[in-house]
Amino acid sequence: MSTDASNRRVVVKSLFGAAGMFAFAIFVLPPMYDLFCEITGLGGKTGDEYTAVDVRVDTSREVRVRFVASNNASMPWVFKPTQDSVVVHPGEPTEITYFAHNVTDEDMVSQAIPSLVPNNVADYFHKTECFCFENQPLAAGDQADLKLVFIIDPDLPAGVNSVTLSYTIFDITDRVADPIAQL
Amino acid sequence: MAHGPATLADGWRAYISRWVFTTNHKDIGTLYLWFSFAMFLMGGAFAMVIRAELFQPGMQLIRPEFFNQMTTMHGLVMVFGAIMPAFVGLANWMIPLMIGAPDMALPRMNNLSFWILPFAFAILTSTLFMEGGGPNFGWTFYAPLSTTYAPESVNFFIFAIHIMGASSIMGSINIIATVMNMRAPGMTYMKMPLFVWTWVITAFLLVAVMPVLAGAVTMMLMDINFGTSFFDAAGGGDPVLFQHVFWFFGHPEVYIIILPAFGVVSQIIPTFSRKPLFGYSSMVYATAAIAFLSFVVWAHHMFTVGMPIAGELYFMYATMLIAVPTGVKVFNWITTMYKGSLTFETPMLFSIAFVILFTFGGFTGLMLSIAAADMQYHDTYFVVAHFHYVMVAGAVFSGTAAIYYWLPKWCGKMYNETMGQVQFWVAFIGFNIAFMPQHFLGLAGMPRRYADYGLQFADWNMVSSIGAFIYGGAQIMLLYNVIATIRNGKPTTEEKTWEGAEGLEWTVPSPAPYHTFAKPPEFK
Repeated sequence: MSTDASNRRVVVKSLFGAAGMFAFAIFVLPPMYDLFCEITGLGGKTGDEYTAVDVRVDTSREVRVRFVASNNASMPWVFKPTQDSVVVHPGEPTEITYFAHNVTDEDMVSQAIPSLVPNNVADYFHKTECFCFENQPLAAGDQADLKLVFIIDPDLPAGVNSVTLSYTIFDITDRVADPIAQL
Repeated sequence: MAHGPATLADGWRAYISRWVFTTNHKDIGTLYLWFSFAMFLMGGAFAMVIRAELFQPGMQLIRPEFFNQMTTMHGLVMVFGAIMPAFVGLANWMIPLMIGAPDMALPRMNNLSFWILPFAFAILTSTLFMEGGGPNFGWTFYAPLSTTYAPESVNFFIFAIHIMGASSIMGSINIIATVMNMRAPGMTYMKMPLFVWTWVITAFLLVAVMPVLAGAVTMMLMDINFGTSFFDAAGGGDPVLFQHVFWFFGHPEVYIIILPAFGVVSQIIPTFSRKPLFGYSSMVYATAAIAFLSFVVWAHHMFTVGMPIAGELYFMYATMLIAVPTGVKVFNWITTMYKGSLTFETPMLFSIAFVILFTFGGFTGLMLSIAAADMQYHDTYFVVAHFHYVMVAGAVFSGTAAIYYWLPKWCGKMYNETMGQVQFWVAFIGFNIAFMPQHFLGLAGMPRRYADYGLQFADWNMVSSIGAFIYGGAQIMLLYNVIATIRNGKPTTEEKTWEGAEGLEWTVPSPAPYHTFAKPPEFK
């Protein structure tokens, strides 16, 4: 084989390798990381809707759950938990609410994104009902109490006495096909 | 023009065209070397600003915002502008000469890969003059500092990184193709000079990880401008993901910087020991082992992010494992010198200093690899001291050694040995005064990347700054030595500049003719 042909082969193979690594960094690493966090429960992301199966309530134990709310930089709504914290027994379903108020003159749609610390307890925090499972449309000037029902798993590791649940609210009006129909 | 390259005598138009359109590996090597030296001086000037501000506690010379831009730009310019192009320049000059090839395999791509670099650095440097200033988030540009809280100029920074990455990838492909396809008959892989070996392994590392860096900055670009949330916790992403992606690039990157330096030292020490390199094949396998391990240890840069204990232990032990092949190399260099007929010309002095100081930096690296201890060392001046021992006393010393070693071959003139040795001692002493005290500062708890510090750190910072100024002066001496050699050096026409030198590059005349090995040489 001539040198030119072998050079071309090296170039093509290397460019494929480089393009592959670029794709790996953007399309494989982030999902892999998410999957890893989901399996290990690291990273603080809570799971999807949970169907309560076990009604055993561990009354011997008390866990304080704190609530935090924050707005993404471009989000003008008033958004806050209606109570700062609650003390619950593991296994006991608890309902709390977040308060949201669209203070603008426009109909808007928001999406709340949860995060939980300490980051190894995400697997033990179950939500049977949550406003965060869907987006939250509010007409101009409207306000709403957004409902959340959660159960702390009785298997919560010993030594964890308090958990903080945080929601950040995003403006996703532009990403929703027809914001008015959401109302 | 028919014979040889255009010189100034042919008019400046022809002269400039020669350099802009050149496809000659020696011209491109020269361009890379001068460019990297210019960047080295610029990054050094930034370092002088940093050390001048840190000379005394309190804010004297610059504002903290500008200090942050200086630390960031110093790191970026030194890593991507000075050290990497310097070794690419050496590769361009020496690899064809060492393997008996007439030129690089892909000369036009070679031209392109050099000439996009000045644009990348023009873009990067121009950010300093923009409203809001240049990059101020550290050379590791962790999100969200580099996304949510970044200055407007961050998009220019991202574009500059993309161009540098493209340049490195093209340069590497060229080296791989040259080494695989253009070796002289008889030169099998296991007979290649070690500099060629270390570079071809480095080139594979570059092709593998520069795209990951490009991916990281692309994700930043999308987070900043197109509403994605790769690194934004608020949108379902994770800033820690950035650190994983960055260090997946970043750890192989440190070996990209040091492996060619290993190669240079492995050429120089046998020459001045007048003995063949001890343990050639173990050197090759050690280099490959280091390159492989570099992919599986990245998270030791981020022990403090809150990893599970199993992860900390894995990354700790895997990192420590790298000390084994590195130790093989150090012992081989020492054994090469053992019972050799040693002489101590300037390249040898720099190489021995390299072995000693790099090993020192390697040991502090071992300290940092202990996950439990790293909780204290993390982000302190101990880390700064560690990586300057391996990057400066490692890569820069070996690069300087390479310049003195091959300068007579490049320009046909001999440097002034006294001046060379003076420069070595000024550099060696200045370097240690500058960076040794930073270990003490770090162990005492001084955090890195701040424009000010507590009074208890005052004295050692002053010492460190004085050392940094001396070391900066040593680089001006190096520039002087090189220019003085080119202009007034004693002409030398011997093919073999150094008595003990071996290899095909010492079979061509000095200065090396514009075209060499038009016919492949005989290699036994």
